[in-house]
Amino acid sequence: MTEIAATLIASETPQAASMSRGLYGWVATVDHKRIGILYLLTTLVFFIMGGVEALLMRIQLARPNNTFLSPDAFDQMFTMHGTTMIFLVVMPTLIGLANYLVPLMIGARDMAFPRLNALSFWLLPCGGLLLHFSLLAGGAPAVGWFSYAPLSESSYATTSGVDYWTLSLLVLGVGSVAASINLIATILTLRAPGLTIRRLPLFVWMMLINSFLIILALPALNAAIVMLFIDRHLGTHFFAPAHGGSAVLWQHFFWTFGHPEVYIMALPAFGIISEVVPVFARRPIFGYEFVAASTVAIALLSFGVWAHHMFAVGLGHPMDLFFAATSMMIAVPTGIKVFAWSATMWGGAIRLTTAMLFAVAFLIQFTIGGLSGITFAVVPIDWQVTGTYYLVAHFHYVLFGGTFFAVFAGIYYWFPKITGRMLSERLGKINFWTALIGFNTAFFVQHFLGLMGMARRVYTYPDLPGWGLLNLISTVGAFLLGASVLILLWNIFASLRHGEPAGDNPWNAWTLEWATTSPPPAQNFDRVPPIRSRRPLWDLAHPENPDPIVGGIAARDGFVLEKNRVGIVSFLITESVFFLMLILAYLFYNSHAMNGPTPTSMLNPQRTGIYTLCLLASSFTIWLAERKLRAGKSSAFRWLLALTILLGTIFIFGQGREYLRIFHEGVQVNSNLFATTFFTLTGFHGLHVCIGIIALLILMALAFAGDFKQGRIEAVKSIGLYWHFVDAVWLVVFSVIYLKLLL
Amino acid sequence: MNGVDLPVFHPCSPETASIAHLFLHVLIVCSFILLIVIGMVGYGLIVFRYRPGAADPPPHFGDRRLELIWTIGPILIILWFFALTVRGMRLSDPAANRLPDLVVIGHQWWWEVRYPQTGVVTANEIHIPVGRQWLVRLESADVIHDFWIPALARKIQMIPGVTNQVWLEADAPATYAGECAEYCGAQHSWMRFSVIAESPAAFDRWLREQEKPAAMPAADSIEDGLKIYQTLTCINCHSIRGVSVAANAAPDLTHLASRGILGGGVLANTETNLFRWLKNPQAFKPGCLMPNLKLTDPQLGALTSYFETLQ
Repeated sequence: MTEIAATLIASETPQAASMSRGLYGWVATVDHKRIGILYLLTTLVFFIMGGVEALLMRIQLARPNNTFLSPDAFDQMFTMHGTTMIFLVVMPTLIGLANYLVPLMIGARDMAFPRLNALSFWLLPCGGLLLHFSLLAGGAPAVGWFSYAPLSESSYATTSGVDYWTLSLLVLGVGSVAASINLIATILTLRAPGLTIRRLPLFVWMMLINSFLIILALPALNAAIVMLFIDRHLGTHFFAPAHGGSAVLWQHFFWTFGHPEVYIMALPAFGIISEVVPVFARRPIFGYEFVAASTVAIALLSFGVWAHHMFAVGLGHPMDLFFAATSMMIAVPTGIKVFAWSATMWGGAIRLTTAMLFAVAFLIQFTIGGLSGITFAVVPIDWQVTGTYYLVAHFHYVLFGGTFFAVFAGIYYWFPKITGRMLSERLGKINFWTALIGFNTAFFVQHFLGLMGMARRVYTYPDLPGWGLLNLISTVGAFLLGASVLILLWNIFASLRHGEPAGDNPWNAWTLEWATTSPPPAQNFDRVPPIRSRRPLWDLAHPENPDPIVGGIAARDGFVLEKNRVGIVSFLITESVFFLMLILAYLFYNSHAMNGPTPTSMLNPQRTGIYTLCLLASSFTIWLAERKLRAGKSSAFRWLLALTILLGTIFIFGQGREYLRIFHEGVQVNSNLFATTFFTLTGFHGLHVCIGIIALLILMALAFAGDFKQGRIEAVKSIGLYWHFVDAVWLVVFSVIYLKLLL
Repeated sequence: MNGVDLPVFHPCSPETASIAHLFLHVLIVCSFILLIVIGMVGYGLIVFRYRPGAADPPPHFGDRRLELIWTIGPILIILWFFALTVRGMRLSDPAANRLPDLVVIGHQWWWEVRYPQTGVVTANEIHIPVGRQWLVRLESADVIHDFWIPALARKIQMIPGVTNQVWLEADAPATYAGECAEYCGAQHSWMRFSVIAESPAAFDRWLREQEKPAAMPAADSIEDGLKIYQTLTCINCHSIRGVSVAANAAPDLTHLASRGILGGGVLANTETNLFRWLKNPQAFKPGCLMPNLKLTDPQLGALTSYFETLQ
């Protein structure tokens, strides 16, 4: 690790001396390039771990009735393999690449929030360690990566594996959301002059849309796993049907996250391919507008297809048909992209470098995975093949044959920029062919195994004709694939030391990252070239034949955004989804009568109404405070801030009194599902109020220390917006829980 | 490969036959689309490869007409697929309109099979008369399971707190393999079952035999086995009609010897296998909920002899 770091540091230009040297420099860095590299190195470690888990499983499955792994070990293996590959490898690899490339591609100096960027990175090894700590604490989770209830409840999943799984996903989720907020703020506010939204490189556009997907989808997962954790530790029954809970609700909540999640893992890969294919075909992307628009269509539709993971649940034909329709619709924008990439190659002058080879393999393999996906959208077919190896084949074709091959293409394409050296094309070709043959051998036969009746997540299978042979073939392919990864690693190590120096633009590419040295200096650019089209470097190299100017001669978009505002609004969007899920859970569980405490018996709406008025008043006082600060009246500002804190504290005090009174009457969080949902919803809201009060206290301390001049108003506005949000959420919560009682 | 069977494409009921036809239809269209993509890519790679010395070709940014074609074309295809889906769902999963003929309850890791009209209870083996469309009600006693007989019926989840239904029929007499298709814990792999479709006459004979309570032990040696069942705690989990029907935590043993498989499919049901299973079930199905009761060989012999009389 230190050797790689040393080589990378040594290859940086003298201006980089301003960055700290040695290991400390890497640990303490807030520079997006270093953070990007840290992401990639960390995900590489997890990739190897996840790969070893896969190979161990394939050894167990190579022969029928094998005894290499015990059933419990196998079950932990597939749970860890899925969780690791999704949360510790694919997502952070794509975020890491984006971290490195996005500021460069938009001509910026760094991400919008460099320290938040560092936090996002460090949450990755922390979350990964937390997940793997379960191995030392009674066993890894063994419930599958989507942890269906009630199997994941404490009566069936008796070790603490699921708890570590839950906590690590919460930690990793914070990291992903923070990175996405950072990317949104960066892309919307830090673009170089002339780089309008319509001129964005497609990788950047896709990372922007993808970041919105992340901030909207992750909170659904957070709500679900928080509810599961409460079930497991406070004796509640959100997902325990034996006590009125709903196992199906877990599936709905999880897949509301889970489906957008697979597009979160696909869109950045689409972005990589949209950069690589044009450069090596020597032609601009075919139909930029359709490709960009189709990305938005995919993002929107991805929230409307989740129950296609639930066709076997028995939701009823109308529901099934709705989701079948949306799932088929989402194939159209994806198809548009595949045709666009293929058409980009026509009329070109294609150089089959290793990067291009991986990109071409992506096109075919992703199409195969996408088409098998369409077969799932035809509901009766799903009724036969879901839960089998046909499904395992499908998602490995899209996630490995698709996304990961795109990542390999991206590595071969951008390695020269990151390190200043070219990867060996000779080793690259060997890497490519072993990966291609290994991957397809491992996974194509699995389609047949599914059709032959082999279910997924089985640690062994009966010795039926053909099952042993196909499983053995799949295992051999998996090992070949593993070998290809070793070849890639060898290529990386060898090229770091002996690779050909790359120069600024070894591929003659056209986007801004190629307009600076390899690797770039600390400040990224000495000078950003003029930007009038989507290919600024083409325009520079071909002044006689520049690309048509995109979007007219306007050098900027019609809107101007400020990064703190964008950051806080993105954060509030993600929080809204979290509360929405908790409110939906409340409405679902309270939609019919149950035994035990009820709103009428338990609550005091009049008193809560008064505390509500205090909270609403505090919104008014902080709004007034902001106005005073802008008008330069710092004394009024300070006292209004203090008043806001007081009113907020009265609200919390009121909530606390209410809780104590309810406990005194013998009601606890697990008394019934009304009590559970009441405490969960109001509890999380109260937590948000407390966090807001802490933030306001910090502001007040700074204000009384005389720290606030005009320039600092952004911090006040951001926290003010958060406070208004918390109050608005309370209005909804109060209406949902208490208003019925007052009317 | 000899004997290789793809039951999804070897349907043995009208319902799965409609699914298989639909699947073939869709696969052909998808293969066609795949060939188009492979063709586009392949043609591009060959005809438009870089020739040394060539300059960058003049930029071309797209063709609206082509883009509309490959937007509208797929839309038409999916409209067609959607229509096929509506029809396919109706054919393979018609609405349920009567009381169930069969109730199957999923347990970790075995199948409780009940015939509501006659009160017959068995485990891991379902008999049905050929050519009759039966309605099966599905429930779960613990976690989510999934009832799947690839050759005969669509997959459907068995969810605690929820009741689901599926149609089950077979065109021809045979034994069909079934399995759990939703990961349900340590021994999900050995939660298999058989569906034996037979002529209506043979089915009636089977059902009448199953209705009878357990055979009473005729000899002392067999009586020893019954005593072990009652005293060495088998009776706490397993019912035998005619002896005790209190327990429901494990498969009903009233007609154990008439069944083809043991342990959810991990062993064939022979006297030797039964002995070995009773000696240490954990050796064959580690993690299953039947503990190793550490019976001695003579005890096991007596128990096995008794169970062998439960035809």
